[in-house]
Amino acid sequence: MTDNTLLSVDDVVVDLPTPRGNLRAVDHVDLRVGAGRTLGVVGESGCGKTMLSRAILQLLPKKAKLSGRVMFDGQDLLQLSPEKLRKLRGRSLAVVFQDPMTSLNPVLTIGTQLIETLQEHLELDDATAKKRSAELLAAVGIPAPEQRLQQYPHQLSGGMRQRVAIAIALSCEPKLLIADEPTTALDVTIQAQILDLLAREQRRRHMAMILITHDLGVVAGRTDEVAVMYAGRVVERAPTPALFKKMRMPYTEALLAALPKIDAAPHTPLPAISGRPPDPTRPLKGCSFSPRCRYADGRCHNEKPALAEAESREHQYACFHPIETGVGASV
Amino acid sequence: MQQASTSTSPEPLLDVDNVVVEYPVGNKIVHAVSGVSLQIARGETLGLVGESGCGKSTLGRAVLQLRRPVSGRVLFDGQDLTAMQGDALRSMRQRVQLIFQDPIASLNPRRKIGDIVAEPLVISGVKDPVRRKQLVDEVLSAVGLDPALVVGRLPHEFSGGQCQRICIARALVLNPEFIVCDEPVSALDVSIRAQILNLLEEMKARYGLTLLFIAHDLAVVKAVSDRVAVMYLGRLCEVGPSEQLFAKPAHPYTALLIEAIPVPDPDVRPMETVPVGEPPSPIAPPSGCRFRTRCPRADARCSEEVPELRAVAPGQFVACHHPLIAG
Repeated sequence: MTDNTLLSVDDVVVDLPTPRGNLRAVDHVDLRVGAGRTLGVVGESGCGKTMLSRAILQLLPKKAKLSGRVMFDGQDLLQLSPEKLRKLRGRSLAVVFQDPMTSLNPVLTIGTQLIETLQEHLELDDATAKKRSAELLAAVGIPAPEQRLQQYPHQLSGGMRQRVAIAIALSCEPKLLIADEPTTALDVTIQAQILDLLAREQRRRHMAMILITHDLGVVAGRTDEVAVMYAGRVVERAPTPALFKKMRMPYTEALLAALPKIDAAPHTPLPAISGRPPDPTRPLKGCSFSPRCRYADGRCHNEKPALAEAESREHQYACFHPIETGVGASV
Repeated sequence: MQQASTSTSPEPLLDVDNVVVEYPVGNKIVHAVSGVSLQIARGETLGLVGESGCGKSTLGRAVLQLRRPVSGRVLFDGQDLTAMQGDALRSMRQRVQLIFQDPIASLNPRRKIGDIVAEPLVISGVKDPVRRKQLVDEVLSAVGLDPALVVGRLPHEFSGGQCQRICIARALVLNPEFIVCDEPVSALDVSIRAQILNLLEEMKARYGLTLLFIAHDLAVVKAVSDRVAVMYLGRLCEVGPSEQLFAKPAHPYTALLIEAIPVPDPDVRPMETVPVGEPPSPIAPPSGCRFRTRCPRADARCSEEVPELRAVAPGQFVACHHPLIAG
């Protein structure tokens, strides 16, 4: 492994007790993110991508049971005291959530929230913190930043609120930004602007980023590496160009094929994935995707394939019957 | 004012004529739909795209008279729905149905699936319970659900995709001619979305439906639509055959929407977007062309004169003083 690894997630398991039994939200996941790199985590609702990000941030629900190891910047996050964790979050480890309305405090002005974050982590006097806040708003493309500092979240549009959430996340120059579906609640033209903004700030600050999304289109042009999750596990992982050039895991291929394509003729039937993901409280013995997979055979139903290396050290997949021919970007 | 007819069909099933919808918010007025005209031929799917707040859902509701237009007419099969009241409108509603975005929220959580799907039959006066049961079973099977397994269960026992199948079954049970689909797959995961889009296409063929398909996702709209109408801040920007509109957009806003779609191909570097800002408020829309505040081609004329829809290619109409293709 390269020694510029900023974050390493080793064998992380998250279990949530539910009335219906134990729900394994994250099932033995390993991940690496290098300094300044972008990892895309792709998957559908319930695949565990958000629980994984919360495990990294140590923001899991109280009842959740977490095991494994999360090393960030030389520290084992699972061993840190709550006090040290709180200092770390917002400082070198920041997060942007899907819905900016719920991550911003509705009764505090934008200025108060920015200044609070800055003064919590950096020793700044009021005037400097205020000046820095206005600069941050300007950097994320908010017009008239001085006036915006006086406003409340409800006075801003969804896109502007997400810019504020990004400004707060960037305020203390984090080393890693976790963006959990940062544009899912936004319109397509605003989505493009926010993704551009994240990419620009990331380059400028040499910050690492985990971009969590359900949209393969979002990760394609904007990440260095992609991990595809299904039913709590990483089922395929590769450098982004390699993944799109040659998808090996049938789920990844099916997910891409199921996306309506802008260059396809109208009324072309979509290759839908039949069925739906398994109930996470009723884990399957074999591969979790096997009931929906067109390549599955007896072995797939009875044995869980490990995430194994393929033709290159970087490209891994968990499948007994990987796709042999190149598909992907050409469809 | 010369109003171009945007349809190729001589007798459209639905003819929306200069519809205006406004509603008060405090002491201000939201100009949700400001003079939209469009036609949908029998058997056609018209896609209606635009971003949040552009008035596309309001227009869908105005078509069904769930929100009454301030002015303009909505002709369905030659009859003016805006002039109808009470029983006449209720009986007309058996021919037109609506499917919503959030399938779980649009099902009553306390009622069994069998009763939910039978409800339109009860309202429309099908009194024989045996006949109702037969129709419900038929339509549930058509949408891919096993009637024996679902009729006695409650909505929370089903996933989002299954709930949308149930909503589609409820919309189909009266054998309607026309359905407004308002963002029917936006709340669904990619793998489930494809199933529901395919189902809508199958149901359209099987029941001989005409659809108004409202969505913000251009790729989704293109997948199911014969023609597409693009809406911005209460007005139509462009209408045209799907393939043509995507291959050669005439309105700068259509081009911007197409450009903003994330392409699942790492070789297509996402274009660093022109900082085009955000849509203005429909409470105080810009004068002239409403897109001019974000448009790279806007000039003085665009702030003074409202562009009317005009033909730029066969079947393709654009409301722009400086279209990307010459007329």
